[in-house]
Amino acid sequence: MTLINIYYILSFTFIIFIIGILGVVVNRKNILIIIISIELMLLAVNLNFIVFSIYLDDIIGQLFVLFVLTVAASESAIGLSILSAYYKVKQTIAVDKIKSLKS
Amino acid sequence: MYLLFIFLPLLSSLTAGLFGRFLGGKGSCFLTVNCLLVTFLISLLIFFEVAFMNCCVYIKLFTWVDSGFFNVDWGFQFDSLTVIMCCVVSFISLLVHLYSVEYMANDPHLSRFMSYLSLFTFFMLILVTADNYIQLFVGWEGVGLCSYLLINFWFTRIQANKAAIKAMIVNRIGDFGLAIGIFIIFVNFKAVDYATIFSIIPYFVCYKFNILSIDFHLLSLISFFLFIGAMGKSAQLGLHTWLPDAMEGPTPVSALIHAATMVTAGVFLLARSSMFYEYSPSILSFVTILGALTAFISATIGLLQNDLKRVIAYSTCSQLGYMIFSCGLSNYNVGIFHLMNHAFFKALLFLSAGSIIHAVADEQDMRKMGGLKNLLPFTYSMVLIGSLALMGFPFLTGFYSKDIILEVAYGQYSSEGFFSYILGSISAFFTAFYSIRLICLTFLTKPNGFKKVVCQAYDSSYYIMTALILLSIPSIFIGYVSKDMIIGFGSDFWSNSIYITPNKHNIIDSEFIPHIYKILPVVLSLLGALISFIMYLFFKDFLIITKLNYRILYNFLNRKWFFDKLYNEFIVQYFFKFSYNISYKLIDRGIIEVFGPFGLSKLITKKAYYLYRAQTGYLYHYSFILLLSTTILLGVKQLWFFFGYLLDFRLFIILFITIFFYLNYKK
Repeated sequence: MTLINIYYILSFTFIIFIIGILGVVVNRKNILIIIISIELMLLAVNLNFIVFSIYLDDIIGQLFVLFVLTVAASESAIGLSILSAYYKVKQTIAVDKIKSLKS
Repeated sequence: MYLLFIFLPLLSSLTAGLFGRFLGGKGSCFLTVNCLLVTFLISLLIFFEVAFMNCCVYIKLFTWVDSGFFNVDWGFQFDSLTVIMCCVVSFISLLVHLYSVEYMANDPHLSRFMSYLSLFTFFMLILVTADNYIQLFVGWEGVGLCSYLLINFWFTRIQANKAAIKAMIVNRIGDFGLAIGIFIIFVNFKAVDYATIFSIIPYFVCYKFNILSIDFHLLSLISFFLFIGAMGKSAQLGLHTWLPDAMEGPTPVSALIHAATMVTAGVFLLARSSMFYEYSPSILSFVTILGALTAFISATIGLLQNDLKRVIAYSTCSQLGYMIFSCGLSNYNVGIFHLMNHAFFKALLFLSAGSIIHAVADEQDMRKMGGLKNLLPFTYSMVLIGSLALMGFPFLTGFYSKDIILEVAYGQYSSEGFFSYILGSISAFFTAFYSIRLICLTFLTKPNGFKKVVCQAYDSSYYIMTALILLSIPSIFIGYVSKDMIIGFGSDFWSNSIYITPNKHNIIDSEFIPHIYKILPVVLSLLGALISFIMYLFFKDFLIITKLNYRILYNFLNRKWFFDKLYNEFIVQYFFKFSYNISYKLIDRGIIEVFGPFGLSKLITKKAYYLYRAQTGYLYHYSFILLLSTTILLGVKQLWFFFGYLLDFRLFIILFITIFFYLNYKK
């Protein structure tokens, strides 16, 4: 059995997380991409939890992953519903056009 | 009795000032004149007790300031120097009060005027009777204040206000010097009362005092600063410009303040501080030279003034120069003697000038008078007595003091002595010239005034007459009577009040100077009088032609050597410009406001605006800032490792100021 070095896996999850963050920050076009990126970040976090759970031989990490999965599911559901409600009002979901945050 | 003498004028002043509206003009006059009369009689008694019976009187009233080393008492000291001043001041003041009763009779503010006059007398008495320098300073400032109040007595006249402000401020320059002198005295002697200071002066002869990191001879420094004070008060060259302008006040004021009493305070200070001056020969020669220059320059200016009172004012200035240089030649007693004589005949001259002005409908220009001899015979004789006494006509009062001054100046056998002798003799010539010029232009030539005015000219009534007669008697006799007492050889009149180093005691030397130099001043003044008399009566055309040919000289002298112009254009203007452009516009409204309220509030508003602008409303900007700040927050510890050693609060100050200026610059 070949053991994969934990650092590879951790850097893999870190890269995924960074990609998710950049997806949120750099993206200027589509708000769906932002939601997808957030999902990606949560995924990276989940992976991280699992890796540490196995590495440390501790069940709490996997428990947390289950919680995070449910939170992510409900979060994306609420996010998408906010998005559809917003689209109904504004007829657009382009990030550039959302300026109502300005005070 | 001694306290009554000092406080009676204050009492009458307060009564006339505070209750003048109940007393009325007449009542105030009655009160103040009678109080002054009592004061004068007491002063005679005091003179008898102190000077003749030779017992000085010291009165300690109560402690004024008592703080550690610094101990000032309200105390009065009556010695020969004081009592002679007291007599002069109260006598002149009494006659001026008496004179004002008639001269100011129609003035609506008569009781205020009398109140001021009495207040002035009070402060002058405080000045001369003080037993310490602080109390002397009270009197010193008090007479300055009263001179301000009296010069702009007619406060509706702009010229009077300006003259009063000028008098006050120019005096204040001198007072500043006096104050510094007193400070230095206190710092070194740890005392301000005369008795202590003068008894320990010999221990300080070799002391140095460090001022502005230069070592000065202590006693010279003190005498110098005291002399600055005397310069201001006694209108010596440099600070003399206020005296002629002060003629804007009513004539009795000019007689009281600017002829007989206030200006003599400087000479009094010199005589009082004779201990200091005797130990600082360099300052003495400075005093001599400045006094001689004042005598000379004022006499030349007096030659060509057209204002009746201004001529007399410049002659005052000139005579003060005589007194000062005689003090500078260590003959303080001669200086005080001249002061006393001068007070009498100068008050006489001023009061008769007032009488003339009164007679010709308040016209002060001599060119518009003339031919008043037969109209005002009494005033004419008074002016004649005053002028002859002033020019040192033999056997009148001025002769005894003025000639002695010039003799001791020659008898000093030093270069300053010769210098002052020469300038003094020339000034004697000029003095005679302008005195006779005044008489000619006013009384002897053909009438130049308006017919209406000349027809209504009349001699004044009893009060003025009484005052003038009472002044004319000492103007004639006092010099002869008191010469032996005051400056006579071996007279112990001055007992301890004036100190003269024995090797400067040259009253004997002056007796044995060459005969020609003894009679030269008299000859010169008689010659001046004669020339002026002949010129102004018989050769008027010649004078006019001379005036037209030497216009520059005429303007130069008539405009007072351009002293006023010089001061206004190079000093006063400069200070005005400085105070407006630099200290007001640049500092008060500039730097302080930029660093203070306005600058900071503007800065904060601007910064807040930048922060506000940072909220664009774009989602990705927010998320970027979120990312950035999270990163920084997580990385603070690492950053601290990098930059922590560079952190220094001074750097922040520099950074802050740089940013501050940069932001303001950009705008």
